[in-house]
Amino acid sequence: MRFGIVVFPGSNCDEDAHHAARQVFGQDAEYIWHKDTELKGADVVILPGGFAHGDYLRTGAMARFSPIMSAVRSFADRGGPVLGICNGFQILLEAGLLPGAMLRNTGLKYRCEHVHVRVEQTGTPFTCAARAGQVLRIPIGHGEGNYFASPETLQALEANRQVILRYTDAQGRVDEASNPNGSVNSIASICNEARNVVGMMPHPERACEALLGGIDGRVIFESIIESFSRSAESLALQGAGARRAGLSGDRM
Amino acid sequence: MRARVFVTLKPSVFDPQGRTIADALHSLGYGGVADVRQGKYFELDLATSERAQAQKLAAEVADKVLANPVIESYRIEVD
Repeated sequence: MRFGIVVFPGSNCDEDAHHAARQVFGQDAEYIWHKDTELKGADVVILPGGFAHGDYLRTGAMARFSPIMSAVRSFADRGGPVLGICNGFQILLEAGLLPGAMLRNTGLKYRCEHVHVRVEQTGTPFTCAARAGQVLRIPIGHGEGNYFASPETLQALEANRQVILRYTDAQGRVDEASNPNGSVNSIASICNEARNVVGMMPHPERACEALLGGIDGRVIFESIIESFSRSAESLALQGAGARRAGLSGDRM
Repeated sequence: MRARVFVTLKPSVFDPQGRTIADALHSLGYGGVADVRQGKYFELDLATSERAQAQKLAAEVADKVLANPVIESYRIEVD
């Protein structure tokens, strides 16, 4: 399958995502410059971490005006899987592809460390290979990861099971001490209502090789690949069904 | 005309920077400063001489770009 990795001026995790997709998982991967207007046949789109457009005004605020974002929006509207990691998550929020907004970390510090997150939902293209309740140890690196949403939005997110990852301790227990940035309800990742657009603050692409301190991020990439092969199979089945229907039609 | 746009976090949104500044002021002995809210300030140079039009234009760009309505509100002054 082909990963499309969008590169904004100021992105700095694009190469990590490209490396994970291509070198670790042996998939096709293409960089897509933010001024491009099409996605080069990508099966999944990743908005990587970094500081797109210098994070001027607000984190992710300028990136939504990049020409590539209309293609990303139509891809998402058609059900294409889109993953925003860290700054990519902030961009999805600013672009309105996901609800809510990011605030400064409550401690005001840029937090760069490994954290534990618990998989809350496995019904997305990015978590389908994980177990519900599985605890992953994945690094974060952000100053503005304090997820905020209005009480009504928050209630809807929880009711629709759109919270995908939550910060926990190593045993998977939610507590204040394990919340690195003050995110409401310890939210580390959410999806849209259609469940094909996911934003997450932790960096799975930095946790795919033991040499780099852990492999818990692999399950996110394994999910992407598994979900793609499932949808390819179902398309092939539909195609075969249509051909059979066509044949029987000929005989009549 | 010139429009001044003041963007601040909504009252319901916790402002960790404002809180830290307030704490710093308290530690300097300024107990009379009850609270601090930090925000952003924009000056827009507008190619119109009509007040109502300037107000409308400033509000439009504040809604679309300068403020994030999820967390922020704004106030406009035109002269």
